[in-house]
Amino acid sequence: MSHYLLDVKRLLCPMPVIKTQNKVKELQVDDELEIVCTDPGALQDIPAWCRMYGHEVLNTQEQDGEIIITIRVCE
Amino acid sequence: MTQPIRKAVSLLSGGLDSLLATKLILDQGIHVEAINFYTGFCHSGHTSGIRNNKKSKPKRNDALWSAEQLGIKLHIIDIVDDYKDIVINPKYGYGQNINPCLDCKIFMVKKAFEWMHENDFDFIFTGEVVGQRPKSQRKETMPIVSKRSGAEDRLLRPLCAKLFEPTLPEREGWIDRDKLLNLSGRSRKPQIAMAKDYNFEDFAQPSGGCCVLTDPSYSIKLQDMWQTRGEKNYDLDDIILLKVGRHLRPNPNYKLIIGREEGENNFMEGYRKQFPHMRIQSHVGPLSLIEGDIPDDDLEYAASICARFSAGRNDPTVTVTYHPVDGYVQEFVITPMPTDDINQAWYI
Ligand code: SF4
Repeated sequence: MSHYLLDVKRLLCPMPVIKTQNKVKELQVDDELEIVCTDPGALQDIPAWCRMYGHEVLNTQEQDGEIIITIRVCE
Repeated sequence: MTQPIRKAVSLLSGGLDSLLATKLILDQGIHVEAINFYTGFCHSGHTSGIRNNKKSKPKRNDALWSAEQLGIKLHIIDIVDDYKDIVINPKYGYGQNINPCLDCKIFMVKKAFEWMHENDFDFIFTGEVVGQRPKSQRKETMPIVSKRSGAEDRLLRPLCAKLFEPTLPEREGWIDRDKLLNLSGRSRKPQIAMAKDYNFEDFAQPSGGCCVLTDPSYSIKLQDMWQTRGEKNYDLDDIILLKVGRHLRPNPNYKLIIGREEGENNFMEGYRKQFPHMRIQSHVGPLSLIEGDIPDDDLEYAASICARFSAGRNDPTVTVTYHPVDGYVQEFVITPMPTDDINQAWYI
């Protein structure tokens, strides 16, 4: 299991989802991806995308205008 | 012998029509996955991530929402770069604004068709309805899209299929044509009734078109940008900034992009290293980006315009600083420009 960081700050919806989708394709099952973004739309969209593909949202936090969503890649 | 499950690609825009078309096809036992293209001009996104509207409901991507309602997978595909040629050189021209709808449809169906082949799917379908949009959804133009995209009769339009000759999925019996529809015209009533029957609530209802290129004020800004640059080109930042702030061109050589509220100012902060800009120091006020070449002897003048949009607009003086991309910050203590002197023709 490895931990990766995806910086999509300033990108507007749906770019954070597109970048997440493309990054996850490169990862292995159980890898974790920490997505750092600023568009509040990501709070809805990334969990929705994860539900669709069966990936797990481990944590969501907001601090200083940044949103950090950590997901685990599942089968 | 059991028939293989057929697989179809839905071009899911996030609007009601493609949601319903997909439901019709799913109900026929077809495996459906959806694709949605991000051109940079899409309605959702853009301002929702910028403006500081605390009262508004949580932002969402409508195509993702639709796919989740339908229980299918969505693939969002970034076509920003490839799409430029469509906006800049549309073979079939523009609609009422700067919307190259027919070229856009052909391009998207072509891309979807390529995806269909790469992923071993059988056909593609859209939520188009004959006569719904004046240029791209006319009965005469629909066959052009099928032909020019290369999809030919592997392109199905479930909401109006009965108005056309049967396509391959219908002829082969993958799809029961009797369960497809014959909708036409601009009325939305049949679709709203179907949405109710299916219990789809809260679906997106974009007016006028699926992207900002159908918006007159956006189109004017894009044309102004091309005209003043002397070339038809853009990058993603350009087309996003056209959605942000007031755009005023007091001089042919430069324009001011003046933030309208806190959310926009914060968003524009992300561009402060790329653009010279003005800040209001003595009062609450907007961040103003300057695009183009501002002559030195216009700086004070531009500062007085920016001051007009600050909380100090009625005060005798406002302190404004000018921040070039390289070089020293300059400070101006100036009288805000009187409202009557803000020429309405400056607004783009
Ligand atoms: S409205 Fe925009 S996205 Fe929709 S067909 Fe026209 S150009 Fe394409």
